[in-house]
Amino acid sequence: MQRYFLSKVGQSILLLLGVLVLVFFLLRLTGDPASLMMSREATPEQIAAFREAMGFNRPLIVQFWDFATKAIVGDFGDSLHYRTPALPLVLERLPATVQLAGTALLIAVIIGIPIGLVGGFNPGSLIDSVGRLVALLGQSIPNFWLALILILVFAVGLGWLPSFGRDAPTSVILPAFVLGLPTLGQLVRLTRSAVLEIRGEDFIRTAHSKGLQPRVIYAKHVLRNVAIPLISVIGIQFGYMLGGSIIIESIFAWPGIGQLLEQAIGWRDFPLVLAIAVFTSLAVLFINLLTDAAYAVVDPRIRYGH
Amino acid sequence: MSRILEVRDLVTKFYTLDGTVNAVNGVSFDLDQGETLAIVGESGSGKSVTMMSILGLIPTPPGKVEGGEARFSSKKGTHDLLQMSAQDLRDVRGGQIGFVFQDPISTLNPILTIGEQISETLTRHMGLSKGQARARTIQLLTSVGIPDPELRFKAYPFQFSGGMRQRVVIAIAIACAPQIVIADEPTTALDVTIQAQIVDLFKRLRQDLEVAIIWITHDLGVVAGIADRVLVMYGGRPAEISPVTDLYENPQHPYTLGLLGALPRLDTRESRRLTSIRGTPPDLLIPLQHCPFAWRCDYAFDHCWEAIPPLLTVGEGHQVACFYDLKEGGPRDV
Amino acid sequence: MATREMIPRADSMLDVERTLRDRLAYVGRLLWRDRSGVIGVLMFLTVVFAAVFAPLIAPYDPLEQNLRDAKMPPAWYAEGSWEHILGTDNLGRDLLSRVIYGARVSLTVGFFGVLIASTLGLVFGAVAGYLGGRVDAVIMSVVNLILSLPYLLVVVVIAAVLGRSLLNVILIFGITDTPIFARVTRGEVLRIRQSGYVESAISAGAGTVRIIFDHIVPNLIGPLITLATFEMSAMIFYEAGLGFLGLSVPPSVPSWGNMLAAGRKYLTSYPWLSTWPGLAIMWTSLSMNLLGDWLRDVLDPRLRRARK
Repeated sequence: MQRYFLSKVGQSILLLLGVLVLVFFLLRLTGDPASLMMSREATPEQIAAFREAMGFNRPLIVQFWDFATKAIVGDFGDSLHYRTPALPLVLERLPATVQLAGTALLIAVIIGIPIGLVGGFNPGSLIDSVGRLVALLGQSIPNFWLALILILVFAVGLGWLPSFGRDAPTSVILPAFVLGLPTLGQLVRLTRSAVLEIRGEDFIRTAHSKGLQPRVIYAKHVLRNVAIPLISVIGIQFGYMLGGSIIIESIFAWPGIGQLLEQAIGWRDFPLVLAIAVFTSLAVLFINLLTDAAYAVVDPRIRYGH
Repeated sequence: MSRILEVRDLVTKFYTLDGTVNAVNGVSFDLDQGETLAIVGESGSGKSVTMMSILGLIPTPPGKVEGGEARFSSKKGTHDLLQMSAQDLRDVRGGQIGFVFQDPISTLNPILTIGEQISETLTRHMGLSKGQARARTIQLLTSVGIPDPELRFKAYPFQFSGGMRQRVVIAIAIACAPQIVIADEPTTALDVTIQAQIVDLFKRLRQDLEVAIIWITHDLGVVAGIADRVLVMYGGRPAEISPVTDLYENPQHPYTLGLLGALPRLDTRESRRLTSIRGTPPDLLIPLQHCPFAWRCDYAFDHCWEAIPPLLTVGEGHQVACFYDLKEGGPRDV
Repeated sequence: MATREMIPRADSMLDVERTLRDRLAYVGRLLWRDRSGVIGVLMFLTVVFAAVFAPLIAPYDPLEQNLRDAKMPPAWYAEGSWEHILGTDNLGRDLLSRVIYGARVSLTVGFFGVLIASTLGLVFGAVAGYLGGRVDAVIMSVVNLILSLPYLLVVVVIAAVLGRSLLNVILIFGITDTPIFARVTRGEVLRIRQSGYVESAISAGAGTVRIIFDHIVPNLIGPLITLATFEMSAMIFYEAGLGFLGLSVPPSVPSWGNMLAAGRKYLTSYPWLSTWPGLAIMWTSLSMNLLGDWLRDVLDPRLRRARK
């Protein structure tokens, strides 16, 4: 078990390094990071001065070393727009995004998994058919469009829920629902197919042949095995929600990291963009690590490196 | 020896999108206390479905037992298994009738320890506490020949070899001292040397526990080593029932003859070609009004196509469902 | 005893009369059984049709502005007119035409993006799977790195750097989606390598090229086509997302994402600008998901037998 965990941590560190490399070269994709960051009206002299001040004229290796060593301790330079250090600006916004993604995940899990379970144990039933239809739609509807529709209906039309900001306790409902809907659909389908597949397995026939009570067979033999693929998906989806919330936060004016990213892009504030990109990637890698750990707890085959 | 299982005219069908599969078409047999009955047949002969139907283990949306009775005699009296409530049947399964299935890796739950998988039967049927069940499980592991049982209790199925896993499955089957153990192709998925070990294990357990065994297989070679009587099935029907030595020395059904001819043997002097039975197994979707083996039979004549042959007694405990008399070389006079 | 010459009875499986009606009924049963796949195909074909024949079926030039008729609601409203069935946008451009032309952008991005991703992914994945060892380790570390990051984040940041153009969008999707094709390809190649086909082919004397084309490629086609369908659906979705944020094709080009972005400003006053492109995206996405599900069932060789 220790070996598994250590190797996963090692992999994560390598991945983090990879992220730093990717992000570093991303900025230099167009050739000149300085002109990327300056506004369009800047004169060549201003750009040259900027380039010098930011150290873009130094050899690439030197720049990368500087960037990486600073990034590891959290120094991403100053935001061009705010003129204060970039990382604290990101951290300030973190709780809002975590609240949003967390609520979205909760909604997806609490609604999606039970529907999938019902569908798996009663395939062909009404709930199953309705559930699968809802799942399909949930994964097919572009969630930004759905967000606009729901705002029209619930906020503007009915006035039940707020459509922007984070002020009221109910503010999180609409954005979390929209963010979580694709995951909800995925969980319905995945749970259902996992239940159906496990139920057809030979060891379930063995459980029946032992004369075990149905309750025991479902809880101990079926569900525990169903949990295995679900854990993976839930972990990955949570990571996606954390990192992919930009559109939803933008629509609902939710003061999280995603909204900050959108603003930073608009301001061409690339130090801030980088800080967000690296930090978010780090957070996602960490969640993947936790997911791997949970996976090992549930499935002994992983623990023993089989 | 008292009779513990009496099966009469069992009929099981599967209602599928492609049509109705007539899996079992009127099977009858008896089982005495402590005896070993082998049910032999090829894939699709209905040998597994027969036993599964009796114990309510066939999936019931497509499958349905359409007729027959299966009287099981235990300490609780004699009851028809096919008429029992689901809960009563669950008490019988595992508690009085144990199962050994074919492929041990898929038969065991991969994420539970093998100790847990054995203990849960004990807690379920014998009301043992966790500690008592654990002690008993360790005893069982020893009796099936697994070394270091205290350590192995906490092990998972993937940590065992194929033969060891099958021993675990056997331990589960005998855990509650059942009266019958149904073994469905228990050695088919194992290496030949391990096969022999498992057969020996069964023999030893049979002696120690006085348990009756129903051994389902397609391999007549294994049967000779362990069975007291043999039921040969074809097309969902019984073809021949006989004590084991009589079957090998005096086979009366052309199908049995074919099966024996296909057996490689070390004891024949001259070189002998293995024979195979021409043709393919019957399509069970078509309900037949004649002998199911007629297409492939070297001895079939007009009457074979007109009626279904009933089981006829041809010797002591020996019955055959065939209109042709192999000994006399002509149609049987009935 | 001559039974071999006897004609089998009616209960034999050999001779059954197949009339034309029987054959049609058989085809009908197949279509009904796969009706969701059939629906998906038909839906998808309407989108393709719209994209290909846009100049012929769109009533107006999508770029033609007509400020006098700006923000007209759909025809069934009092203020609407049958001249512009779905209404007009804030600059007076016909919405129906823009939606039809928007299909071109979406399908182009989806198709070429998947083409690039599948080709590159196939190459990398096959090389990694077949050669193994260091090469495999290096390729898969890069693949896993990209796959572990949230896709939207990656795409948005790269788009922010590169700027707005159709080519950029195609390249971005093509390259960022390569890892998933690589991973699937590698998985299949490994499976085939371990399944013994290759060993027996080698021992029968087949050369590497022959092995690749006879054994590996046929097994790859099924999963890759299924994956391509789902990924194309995803790309269409993400292109709309990028457009919504103003990072996709330039604003004048009629794309569904751009339309959604413009519609956002007028959401309460004029929701139709957002409604039609959203429905179009949903229609396309749904059709491709249905299609992908059906393809997965049909092309999986293990399931094929069970379907009989």
